[in-house]
Amino acid sequence: MSTIALPRSVKNSVALLGDPALLIPLVGVGVLIYLAVLPLFMLLLGSFQMEVAPREFVATFKNYQNAYASQYTYSTFRNSVIFASGSAVLAFALGTALAWLVERTNTPLRLVFIPLAVVPLILPGVLESIAWIFLLSPKFGYINVALMSLFGLESPPFNIFSLPGMIWAHSVGQVPLAFLMMVAAFKSMDPSLEESAMMSGADTLQTLHRVTLRLLMPTSASVLLILFVRTLESFETPALIGIPARIFVYTSEIYLAFNEYPPDYGRGAALAVGLLILSAAGVWLYTRSTREGKRFQTVTGKAFRPRQFDLGLWRWLGCAFLMVYFLVVVLLPFLVMLWASFLPFFATPSLDSLQKLTFENYQYLFGFRPFWGAMKNSLVLALMSATLAMMLTSLIAWIVYKSRLPGSWMLDFLAFVPITVPGIVFGMALILLYVAFPIPIYGTIWVLLIAYVTRFIPYGMRSASGAILQIHSELEEAAAASGASWWETFKRVTLPLLRPGIVAGWIYIFIVSFREFSTSVLLATGDSRVLSILLFTMFEQGQVTVVAAIGILMILTLLAVVTAFYKISGRVGIQT
Amino acid sequence: MIEVSALIKTFSDRRSDRVKAVDRVSFKVEEGRFYTLLGPSGCGKTTTLRCIAGLERPDTGEIEVAGTKVYSSSNGIFVSAYRRPIGMVFQSYAIWPHLTVFENVAFPLRVGKLRLGGDEIARKVRAALEQVELGGLEQRMATQLSGGQQQRLALARALVREPQVLLLDEPLSNLDAKLRERMRVELRELQRRLRITTLYVTHDQIEALSMSNVIAVMSAGVIVQEGSPREIYMHPKTQFVAQFIGSTNQLTGRMRGLLGEGACQVETDVGKLSCGMAKDIPVGSEVVVVVRPENVILHTGKPSGVENVVEGKVATVMFLGEYLDCTVELGRNVVRTHQPHSLQLRRGEAVWVELPSSGCLALGAEELPILDGIQPDTSATKNPRLQLD
Repeated sequence: MSTIALPRSVKNSVALLGDPALLIPLVGVGVLIYLAVLPLFMLLLGSFQMEVAPREFVATFKNYQNAYASQYTYSTFRNSVIFASGSAVLAFALGTALAWLVERTNTPLRLVFIPLAVVPLILPGVLESIAWIFLLSPKFGYINVALMSLFGLESPPFNIFSLPGMIWAHSVGQVPLAFLMMVAAFKSMDPSLEESAMMSGADTLQTLHRVTLRLLMPTSASVLLILFVRTLESFETPALIGIPARIFVYTSEIYLAFNEYPPDYGRGAALAVGLLILSAAGVWLYTRSTREGKRFQTVTGKAFRPRQFDLGLWRWLGCAFLMVYFLVVVLLPFLVMLWASFLPFFATPSLDSLQKLTFENYQYLFGFRPFWGAMKNSLVLALMSATLAMMLTSLIAWIVYKSRLPGSWMLDFLAFVPITVPGIVFGMALILLYVAFPIPIYGTIWVLLIAYVTRFIPYGMRSASGAILQIHSELEEAAAASGASWWETFKRVTLPLLRPGIVAGWIYIFIVSFREFSTSVLLATGDSRVLSILLFTMFEQGQVTVVAAIGILMILTLLAVVTAFYKISGRVGIQT
Repeated sequence: MIEVSALIKTFSDRRSDRVKAVDRVSFKVEEGRFYTLLGPSGCGKTTTLRCIAGLERPDTGEIEVAGTKVYSSSNGIFVSAYRRPIGMVFQSYAIWPHLTVFENVAFPLRVGKLRLGGDEIARKVRAALEQVELGGLEQRMATQLSGGQQQRLALARALVREPQVLLLDEPLSNLDAKLRERMRVELRELQRRLRITTLYVTHDQIEALSMSNVIAVMSAGVIVQEGSPREIYMHPKTQFVAQFIGSTNQLTGRMRGLLGEGACQVETDVGKLSCGMAKDIPVGSEVVVVVRPENVILHTGKPSGVENVVEGKVATVMFLGEYLDCTVELGRNVVRTHQPHSLQLRRGEAVWVELPSSGCLALGAEELPILDGIQPDTSATKNPRLQLD
């Protein structure tokens, strides 16, 4: 911050701006410290104090003792590691196999598959878990029932309420991410690297083994790492499947510490600090490994046409794999959700139940006030947090990458901090901050708004800075040379050019806000309940068919808003 | 009119060393003239231009544009870029991709203090587009134009505000060779017609020679020579200028003595040569004799009654259409020459090389700045000795 006090160098670097602009980065740093750093500080403080919001601070290690030296410590650790590594490996394996078939082989229908593979991204994690309970529950799961009657089995072959069940339900939701990252890796690989191996006398298998896979190693390691961290941070599956199955991981321990009677904030905070350190270490390793990877980078910005392997007759097996994946993993959860939403009570599909199909659930929801309240909260929050986050991050990205103002690097760093914070940890931190805060926003949707905006700033930064870096600085200088002041330049040139990037970021943040669960689960209570939380509580109460109807309406709303926003922004956006 | 005096601009690089990009540069562009800053990349020419535009803030110095001080370190004046009476064309053209052709040109009229009416804007935009022969394309998206059209569009945008001064930053470097040649002529004609004071920055010697009234050759942040294109080409004052403009042969030698006003005799590896001389060089000091390929005459038989004749052996002959490019070995030296294609030459043949004293210029030895990045396409001839070793 001392750099801000050097008038000489400052004057040189703001030749284009004029002096009031100096305040902007300062304000930005202040806002980000308040949003991202202060809650974490309160969390750390809270983990070392006796009671929440105390009159005087009494330091203690008791919370850490309760959190890490209890009879459950070992099993929680074990469950978390198995859950996270199992999900990472499974999602990575599926994603890589799909990406390889689609990008590097002549499997039929592969081009149709690319957009289909990404569809599950829109399915909220809570719904994914619920759908798989519908399908694989040992008591009533459709797949279990079907297999038992088909093969005359005495016991259900699958049990979703187990660690493998949790791994399955969570990792299928992560496959699109792994798929997209590996497609990018396969796409950017220079085919001449493989061709020169073949020219050196290596056969296909040797080439695959000695060149292709070796080149993919750095990327694979970082994809596995990010999947591991994301699973460790997630709470959807641990809440919906883990808690009923009494399989607890770190995120569920934090939730339970908060939800038991009386709530043990101290233990929750101590657990949250541990999870935060783990996840921050993971993110640090990830950014380091991707930076290392650039040293023997295979991406050169050239458009390659990667080598395609001719699979021969095996290509039909590849095609079958794509079809089965699409039907079972992408389509089936949607269908079972849709089916269940028309049932008066949960039942296996049969001719008999076909006659019982009804709109009752939807009619019930129509008159159900908490549903409309939650719908309103979710929509308002998603719209506002997407808009606020994109406004904030386009300004920050512009300061960081264009203005050359002092202190920009600090803004860049602060805007990255929230990505290291697991959702439930951030929820815990906000509780500790706002319970004692002079402004009474705890328990309202405003604290959720603060949570969403902060958590999704890094996503906004990614799209905004990507867009800003693409704008050649001469485009802005030409405006200055045409007589436009810096504000006119920003308004008439920079902002319109940023629009496509901002739109993409807005849509993404809207989706992730609308489906947000792990932060909301601690912060949304009573009137501030959002849809994902309503789903969770109603599912716990056993109103499963109503939950299915809410899920369908949620998906439809998401689709409607995203399409509408595309249409509107397309009309005013760039025509090329 | 542009007047720059004692301009200094330093940049700090990553290790926070200060690098002087522009070092006490002074020059004056008279009203209505076409003035070119010519030099290799990194010589400070673009930085100088950007300081005049107001896109960079100099460290010290004075800049006056059209009678107004826009920068003065002693008086603490710095006029923002958008308040200066300039039009500028950028190297990348900087055509805004989100606007139509019309809106790109109308932009300077819509911003700032001008605030014209819609009809007035339409009239001026149309006139500016006519001027660069882009009439009728108003409603196209700017990105749909070809490279040459985008270049004209950038020019129309720079002129529409009727600026006092036009700044051009390597505007032709992104065009292909044919188009570049045509735009050179058009740009020059437009400037002469409008009589607009123009500052042009380029690393291309042909652009500089063909378009300018005055050229300033820059190297390492300073102006090394200023003069008309003819002066710069015919009478380079330093080895650097001789090397940078056109192709040159160089022969090292020692000053033997003076032969009268501006003439001297030099003892070189290939023998005694009579040369011209720009400024007095002490007898006995090391000199370099520069001679342009087109000034060298080849004789297949030994000529009589001519001075500066050396026997040599033909090393390479290349047919280039307009002329023969023929290199001749003179002992350890290699001399490049341009010959009419009527001359029949064969590799290894003995020839007599005439280096007319009117085409030979003796220059004092100097430390040459290291050239990096883009250079004019003379690199092959710059050091003929290296070529064959």
